[in-house]
Amino acid sequence: MARILNMDRTQLLGFVLLAALVFLVLPLALDAFRLNMVGKYLTYAFVAVGLVLCWGYGGILSLGQGVFFGLGGYCMAMFLKLEASTPEATAIQSTPGIPDFMDWNQVTALPWFWEPFHNLAFTLFAVIAVPVAFAFIIGVAMFKRRVGGVYFAIITQAVAAILSILIIGQQGYTGGVNGITDLRTLLGWDIRTDSARTILYFVNGGLLFVCLFIAAWIKSTKFGRILVAMRGREDRVRFSGYDVSAFKIFVFCVAAGMAAVGGAMFTLQVGFMSPTFVGIVPSIEMVIFCAVGGRLSILGAVYGTLLVNWGKTTFSETFPELWLFAMGAVFIGVVLAFPNGLAGLWTDHVAPRLPRRLGGRPRPEAAQPAPAE
Amino acid sequence: MPNATDFLLAVEDLTVSFDGFKAVDNLSFYVDENELRVIIGPNGAGKTTVLDLICGRTRATAGSIRFRGRELTALREYEIVRAGVGRKFQNPSIYEDLTVFENLEISFPRGRSVFGALAFKRDAEVIERVEAVAESIFLADQLNRRAELLSHGQKQWLEIGMLLIQQPDLLMLDEPVAGMSVAERVKTAELLHRICADRAVLVIEHDMKFVEDIAHKVTVLHQGKRLSEGPMHAVKTDPKVIEVYLGH
Amino acid sequence: MFDGYTMGEIGAIFAMQGFAGLILFSVFVLMALGLAIIFGQMGVINMAHGEFMILGAYVTYLCSNFFADYIPALFGIYFFVAMFLAFLAAGALGALVEWAMIRHLYRRPLDTLLATWGLSLILQQTYRSIFGAREVGVTLPDWLMGSFALTDIIDVQINGLFVMGLTLLITVGVGLLMFKARFGRQVRAVMQNRMMAGAVGIDTEKVDRKTFALGCGIAGVAGSAFTMIGSTGPTAGQLYIVDTFLVVVFGGAQSLLGTIASAFTISQSQSAMEFFLSGSMAKVLTLLTVVGILMLRPQGLFSLKVRR
Repeated sequence: MARILNMDRTQLLGFVLLAALVFLVLPLALDAFRLNMVGKYLTYAFVAVGLVLCWGYGGILSLGQGVFFGLGGYCMAMFLKLEASTPEATAIQSTPGIPDFMDWNQVTALPWFWEPFHNLAFTLFAVIAVPVAFAFIIGVAMFKRRVGGVYFAIITQAVAAILSILIIGQQGYTGGVNGITDLRTLLGWDIRTDSARTILYFVNGGLLFVCLFIAAWIKSTKFGRILVAMRGREDRVRFSGYDVSAFKIFVFCVAAGMAAVGGAMFTLQVGFMSPTFVGIVPSIEMVIFCAVGGRLSILGAVYGTLLVNWGKTTFSETFPELWLFAMGAVFIGVVLAFPNGLAGLWTDHVAPRLPRRLGGRPRPEAAQPAPAE
Repeated sequence: MPNATDFLLAVEDLTVSFDGFKAVDNLSFYVDENELRVIIGPNGAGKTTVLDLICGRTRATAGSIRFRGRELTALREYEIVRAGVGRKFQNPSIYEDLTVFENLEISFPRGRSVFGALAFKRDAEVIERVEAVAESIFLADQLNRRAELLSHGQKQWLEIGMLLIQQPDLLMLDEPVAGMSVAERVKTAELLHRICADRAVLVIEHDMKFVEDIAHKVTVLHQGKRLSEGPMHAVKTDPKVIEVYLGH
Repeated sequence: MFDGYTMGEIGAIFAMQGFAGLILFSVFVLMALGLAIIFGQMGVINMAHGEFMILGAYVTYLCSNFFADYIPALFGIYFFVAMFLAFLAAGALGALVEWAMIRHLYRRPLDTLLATWGLSLILQQTYRSIFGAREVGVTLPDWLMGSFALTDIIDVQINGLFVMGLTLLITVGVGLLMFKARFGRQVRAVMQNRMMAGAVGIDTEKVDRKTFALGCGIAGVAGSAFTMIGSTGPTAGQLYIVDTFLVVVFGGAQSLLGTIASAFTISQSQSAMEFFLSGSMAKVLTLLTVVGILMLRPQGLFSLKVRR
């Protein structure tokens, strides 16, 4: 594995340590409730890892990753909701056999786009295909016309706003502001029990590592170096014979696909999906998970996500009114003082002091590359 | 009237206007195989715009640019590069965050599609080519350095090297010796002579001493039009050129 | 969606919704002017712009309370005082933010976006701590209340006309400042070539600070206008930020005329559609149209073709 990814010893050690944390330390140290919560946080890490590729390496800042997270999550939720809405279970409704919120909104037949979600295979395909196809359309429209930088950021943010308003507005089809709730079973397997949640936690961790390996592999290929090259000198790459837009579209789609898997796993572990995870605010928060971990560090993104969410939970349990101050300070601090996040702190301050055999390295010849614009 | 297909590059009636201002105005010129052509002209004459037009960075309002008989004005930038036209920018445009080796490797003409880049392997052929080019641009001992640590002149050479590794048939250089020391200029002139042994080179330059050293033929631009063309000694004595350069 | 209306009624509806859209238009223009100056001239994305607007709204609210409690005789003119103070407060905060944060980020526009988002969170929580989470409203002086009837069905709100007039005045003022006055020349010089501007003796840092403060100050005035159409709450500003950015981008970031035209188009189409569709669908359709057009014409409606 390490050979394929061109990993050196330090990187390999980093993967092993993270794996030990996710698969051993946390499951042993936490009760089922807390472990489920960590599992929820880890679903955001999928988004953050995608952002490392897309934003950290490619310099493309998307403020609409919640869209892909949400689409993936909604696809999963639609399947689970249909399974929970058997005619027997919904016999008291005026139209039995359709999801409860449709009945409340005077919808009398299942809309056509819900039909295929009776099938699990189709659902699993759609979880990735729908968000990736959407990302592809946005990517083609924007990158072929050389829209980038802040314009891209603003437009993806507008897309996030549009989708969340749309979902809230069309409650008969989407469950509106409450989202799709009361999900119970996956092919008859009750996903609400502690044991099911623990199993899902491990599935989630496994999928996250698949994404981490994919990201590490992409980073190690020439594609990864072209991303870095493009971030600073887009024109030079173009005039070296590359179709820059194709590279951007691809990496944007990869990030969207990762976010979508995270969204689907969120639905499974938490038991609902709602527009709260689609709009502007969650989307930009996901960017900060990535920034805190270090926008250039794949593993850092996971630590950043865990840290910020742990902080959020702790703060909002004890000092709810201070949370926004803390979050605001994190945004400002990470940009002004630590542009390379936790990973930057590690490589600049901790690693040089470690003995060589533990992965300690002398300080690099030059400082870390400055973050892209 | 020579037939346009006899030339490597045939620029005919080329015009581009920015909101009514004609930066290049009905310009025609022809470049032969293995020719080293220098374009000179006062500031704002449209020299850089001509290169931008040829490499597709700016779209022409009218006229045609044919390269080996193939019309370039309709192609996208990367297609023009793949057709065999390389372009160096005025300010050294290299990838500061990558090493010299990686800079050259990215320009190596293989694995240029998305999936090609993912499947790209750094094999013996790549390493050999990168090392050969690095040798010719005087950077053989700098391969593992981060490019941002190179001197200004070395960055200029690196960018030329990134073009050489593409093996273009036409190489366009925008002020390649700007900011170089005298010693570096001499080396660059020698490099250009070597380069044009098997390809055509189109250079924009202000340094007249350097132009005399390298040019086979000189084209003088003024206000987007061709003012004069020919060997350097003939151009230098052309009264129209003297008028433009020395003022009224 | 036009079922059941005669042509005349539809015309009247459009006219009425048009007038109703004018206040939204004014808020958009004032917000977008500030943003366009900051973004177009300095390349900085200010995600906290909505919170600067809300600062102006709170200042207006405080002013109205102060006048009502202590000098009720002058209540009729409090709005002018409030606007002035809103401008000063938002401008001063802007200058402070520029000094503490923005000036370190000029080369990293995407990072300003994140940092100012953090600022917006902090400001929201500050407002919540000071003014409470409940939305507050202001009392208008009598002469701004009411409306006059243009025809049988078309009513025109006086405060709408007032805000409109004010917006025009400010816009013209900003236009003059940017294109006729020495300050505007300095701003444009710094924007086009920072080093050269510094070399010819312009204090570029001071120009940056003033430009940022001016943009924020105008947002503060927008907040004063905003109190007439909405109630002021800690998070009210966030609702406007995406729309305003779209206004700026849609208009072509460096064109004041474009900003005004696009603010007009967006506010009017939203207002007109709101009558026939639900508010949220009107917004979705408006935003979708704008995003769609931007995909076809990314440089915005008004922009110059120049050599890159």
